[in-house]
Amino acid sequence: MSEPIETHAVDVLVIGAGGAGLRAAIAAHDAGARVGLVCKSLLGKAHTVMAEGGMAAALGHVAPDDSWQVHFRDTMVGGKLLNNPRMAELHAKEAPERVRELESWGAVFDRTTDGRILQRPFGGHSHPRLAHVGDRTGLEMIRTLQDRAVSLGIDVFMECTVTRLISGAHGICGAYGYWRTTGRPVVFSAKAVVLATGGIGRAYSVTSNSWEYSGDGHALAYDAGAELIDMEFVQFHPTGMVWPPGVRGLLVTEAVRGEGGILRNRDGRRFMWDYLPEDRRGEYAATDEEAERWVRAASRSQPTDARRPPELSTRDNVSRAIYQEVRDGRGSPHGGVFLDISYLPADHVRQKLPSMYDQFKELADVDITKGPMEVGPTTHYVMGGIRVDAETGATTVAGLFAAGECAGGMHGGNRLGGNSLSDLLVFGARTGAGAAAHAAGFPGTPYLDPVQLRVAERELGEPLERLDGEDAYAIQRDLQETMQTLVGIYRTEADLTEAIARLADLRARWLAVRAPNGRAYNPGWNLVFDMRNLITVSEAISRSARQRQESRGAHSRVDYPDLDDRAWGGVNSVVHRASDGTMEVGTSPLVSMREELRALLGGAH
Amino acid sequence: MTGPRQPGEAGRAVTVVEPTEVTAASGPATAGQVIEAAVPAEAAGATATLRVFRGEAGQDTRFEDFAVPVQEGMVVLDALHWIQGNAAPDLAVRWNCKAAKCGSCSAEVNGHPRLTCKTRLSDLDLAEPITVEPMRSFPHIRDLVTDVSWNYAVNRTIQPFTPPADLPQSEWRWQQADIDRLQEFRKCIECFLCQDVCHVLRSHETERPFMGPRYLVRTAGLEMHPIDQADRRPYLKELGNIGYCNITKCCTEVCPEHIAITDNAIIPLKERVADRYYDPLRWAWRVLRGRLPELPVGRELPVFPGGQPPAASADPQADGSEAAGTSPPERRDEPS
Amino acid sequence: MTGQATSLRGILKPRGTAPTGAGATSRRDDWLAAPLNVGFWLAVLVLYATFSALVWEPVFGVAHEADGYLSPFYAPFVSGEGFPAWLSPALVTLWIPIGFRVTCYYFRRAYYRAYLADPPACAVGEPRIHGRYRMENALPFILQNLHRLFLYLAVVLLAIHWIEVVTSFFPASGARIGLGSVLLLADITLLTGYVSSCHSLRHIVGGRLDCFSCSTINRTRHGAWKILSGLNANHMVWAWASLFSIVLVDIYIHLLALGVLVDPAIRL
Ligand SMILES: Cc1cc2nc3c(=O)[nH]c(=O)nc-3n(C[C@H](O)[C@H](O)[C@H](O)COP(=O)(O)OP(=O)(O)OC[C@H]3O[C@@H](n4cnc5c(N)ncnc54)[C@H](O)[C@@H]3O)c2cc1C
Ligand code: SF4
Ligand code: SF4
Ligand code: FES
Ligand code: FES
Repeated sequence: MSEPIETHAVDVLVIGAGGAGLRAAIAAHDAGARVGLVCKSLLGKAHTVMAEGGMAAALGHVAPDDSWQVHFRDTMVGGKLLNNPRMAELHAKEAPERVRELESWGAVFDRTTDGRILQRPFGGHSHPRLAHVGDRTGLEMIRTLQDRAVSLGIDVFMECTVTRLISGAHGICGAYGYWRTTGRPVVFSAKAVVLATGGIGRAYSVTSNSWEYSGDGHALAYDAGAELIDMEFVQFHPTGMVWPPGVRGLLVTEAVRGEGGILRNRDGRRFMWDYLPEDRRGEYAATDEEAERWVRAASRSQPTDARRPPELSTRDNVSRAIYQEVRDGRGSPHGGVFLDISYLPADHVRQKLPSMYDQFKELADVDITKGPMEVGPTTHYVMGGIRVDAETGATTVAGLFAAGECAGGMHGGNRLGGNSLSDLLVFGARTGAGAAAHAAGFPGTPYLDPVQLRVAERELGEPLERLDGEDAYAIQRDLQETMQTLVGIYRTEADLTEAIARLADLRARWLAVRAPNGRAYNPGWNLVFDMRNLITVSEAISRSARQRQESRGAHSRVDYPDLDDRAWGGVNSVVHRASDGTMEVGTSPLVSMREELRALLGGAH
Repeated sequence: MTGPRQPGEAGRAVTVVEPTEVTAASGPATAGQVIEAAVPAEAAGATATLRVFRGEAGQDTRFEDFAVPVQEGMVVLDALHWIQGNAAPDLAVRWNCKAAKCGSCSAEVNGHPRLTCKTRLSDLDLAEPITVEPMRSFPHIRDLVTDVSWNYAVNRTIQPFTPPADLPQSEWRWQQADIDRLQEFRKCIECFLCQDVCHVLRSHETERPFMGPRYLVRTAGLEMHPIDQADRRPYLKELGNIGYCNITKCCTEVCPEHIAITDNAIIPLKERVADRYYDPLRWAWRVLRGRLPELPVGRELPVFPGGQPPAASADPQADGSEAAGTSPPERRDEPS
Repeated sequence: MTGQATSLRGILKPRGTAPTGAGATSRRDDWLAAPLNVGFWLAVLVLYATFSALVWEPVFGVAHEADGYLSPFYAPFVSGEGFPAWLSPALVTLWIPIGFRVTCYYFRRAYYRAYLADPPACAVGEPRIHGRYRMENALPFILQNLHRLFLYLAVVLLAIHWIEVVTSFFPASGARIGLGSVLLLADITLLTGYVSSCHSLRHIVGGRLDCFSCSTINRTRHGAWKILSGLNANHMVWAWASLFSIVLVDIYIHLLALGVLVDPAIRL
């Protein structure tokens, strides 16, 4: 190292400026810590900005009988009881307070007629519960938090990617990264580090997620020795766009089905009738006529004795149904199925689904008030993540904390819509405070080990210096292809074993990857480090999926199609790095549930 | 299209054009042939030529031509991605969502400031090369990426949301009608296209800074908040220099969120500034009475202690006095 | 990004790479068409108005009134008594609508673009004539802030003008519905639309309120504001339509005065 590396000393370093990272930074700042906030893209562009539907909190403004107890039960049932019950409890209890706090920082939510925050219904929630702003709730949330953080004077390091965590005698004590604009390295010394880097969607070729979702936090934590749990649970949203190719995977909000959208296959058959689980069939309409009556009543907010249409089955079930129709050759021309809302009055559709109308009009030349959309499943969210302590967000490594989508445990085997945004706020705040407390108790100042810095530095330089080798885009294509075909909605032992072998192969290719043409804003070079993380995360997903020999929530095994409560109902999968550097996968018993919480689950357990 | 490929070896189809000769034709035919060899399957269909601005700040910049196979529904950002994956892995482009939601992918396509993820190739004339340039009003970094940090610096100078100190959030009530205006402003995705196109920022060197349309929109969202207590008019006039805007509406023309920036944010703010500084009636009043008349602006609060919304109130007169009863302290003047 | 700046001073925008000089742009479309078009029609209408108000009567002796119809340029009518003969009585009131239109937010945009080329079109370079750009921050353009003063006066004029239009249906010769009165009615309707869609009016009526639902009065003002906002969305259309209609009506009345046309009318 010829010249000294740019170094910043902070008490708490927050990696990631989405909802979770921003909320954690604000909490740590409020607790008196000096905070640094790092993000890969510009401030305010994090993935949270894309969230549409709303954030779930039992405010009880629309349904007065809603309570944290009901929200807790909905979350646990939705998560197939794999959730960390303490997290689900804290989430349900604290979400209302966090949402109100957002309003006091300037968020402008839609209103009820008596002037309070409006809430909308969503799949899996017993009551209308999602505080929202039209269909751009995430934007409102990130803008509010961003303005708050900026007005508090929190230091933000934009377009700066962290590639390594640095550990010392007292645990994690810093991070190494580079500025994307210049490619120059930067080092942070910190008494505590919070990971809030979001998800892993980029491992798949069809995804609703952005390029940022390369599982950096998962991989950084794994490399630092932390445990990842539940990695086999990747949520596939049933309705993403499938055509034109450029927008494949782009989300088609669940609200389309909520408003009465009907799914049909190539032959015009409303195939969801064939996929309703037998034990739940009674909750759904029996005929087209009854379903239509429900839609009519719902659009006028009137009570009805009709039961809901079959399209409103759970996300995992609808995804599987669409997948099977397509696989059996009954799909639409571009490999999806038809989602039709055009039988409703055009004005009504435009008013209820403004951004969907625009999205199809502008990107696909489809007028959804006149004809059907083509949709298919798309990778959406990862339930699995870094194992954390519910109270403080502490991981299994001292000094390292995690919150948001990259933390695991809160959502179990399947996340309910709207529970993520409130998760970001609740556990962002807790984790920020936890990290600040840890930093306050840190003895002395962090010591940055020069050996680790040099390793990190060399790693950055190598792809630039190699004279030949393939570029990282080729690896990305093959990785996405592997994950999409072998570790998708339906999984088998053979496919997963094959995937693990291919990933090992990709890792070997990665070691020889080349990225010429300098460091300054060179996406080909940046991609190299994203790929390393993605390969690690993909392996964790594949290994966890191979281990869990049952079908539960978002994880479906063709060779083990049933729920197996005896063998798998009581454990989380755990992945961690063995002392020889290989990935080790195992299980650990679920976090125990207090009796009074168990009682809340009632018949569900 | 798997397996190793050397950038610059195959698939790379580059013609260097001097920046001054933007319109000079430059052999896309040759370029097309090179691509064809690399990607036979796709080259069967139509191709588009993208003339992309390349280079690093401080060095010579140039336009390079890339022949890109056109797929149905392709947007300019897809074409740029194709170039990254097949011809120039180091092509610097900012993007995140690819769904017109994050405001990262701003650039100038054929001279028009646009989101590249929302600009369809089918809407452009493919017979000619499509020029893609970075946002020209900001300092250049590399290729299509510019340094927009100045915008964030401006944002920090705006006094944040300032609710009344003595009213807890649980007491706040307001109607959807009160916030419809604000929600339009809050749709902003901070793409900075309006800042880019605004001629004050683009073509003029002013003596004093101009905050730009994006931050006029943000300030409007705060000033018109039913419960906000701050008065940002001195800031708008003296520091943000709202007077530099000559309401020529280019910002409104480019806004991808279709915010009526000029009509709904800037002009109403100019009127609010005029309320305080240029109103002839108030001026006459001051001359006659030696003091400023009370302004109604900001003196009412949409708060109904005990949660009584105005609609629920039996006597229409009563809620007016209720509101008056909870008048906040005087508006704060100039932010520190 | 450290610390919190408290003022904008010292953070002038760093220079970009936009091409400079008149007309410098990468745009391929016909960006020159709009400013030329606007500039041409604005010039035609303004020149005609000047001619009609200052030249036609004093120099050519063509009356501004015929058959009980008063040219809108002279409305509301103030008798020219005590005026030197070469000075047109139109000037007594004409400065008000002129001031109103000159400071109108729409026309500002139109002539800044068309005549000052500031900017000629979006993302197009400007001529280097505006060395020091201060625009509405300094004289003379800071006076544009007086738009509301002209608005107050224009509303008064408009009311008087309405009375005149209505009385044009009842000239001394007895009630009639003439083409002239119909044209005058159409003209004043457009004029009323133009004034009602004014940005300043919209602001004064309701826009300046922060809370629309806070009191009965505010709710009423909100209702009015919503209506005016609807009109305001088409302010440009009102602005042009009312400008053209004034000129057309003025031409019609002058043609009557010249005896070229005879006003078709139903007399009651
Ligand atoms: C289309 C869509 C719609 C959705 N709708 C909803 C909804 O309606 N309701 C709901 O509850 N949830 C919804 N979700 C899910 C929810 O939006 C996400 O789970 C949530 O935003 C994740 O937030 P986060 O703070 O964990 O991460 P993010 O917001 O993604 O932030 C990650 C941050 O980490 C930074 N980062 C990552 N890696 C690094 C690194 N190596 N170095 C430095 N910085 C790094 C990134 O730059 C970014 O700032 C939706 C998701 C999608 C895709
Ligand atoms: S209207 Fe004002 S802010 Fe908008 S582009 Fe024109 S000068 Fe700039
Ligand atoms: S106001 Fe419109 S153009 Fe300006 S930054 Fe926001 S979204 Fe972009
Ligand atoms: S990539 Fe997000 S707006 Fe274009
Ligand atoms: S804004 Fe055009 S008349 Fe007032």
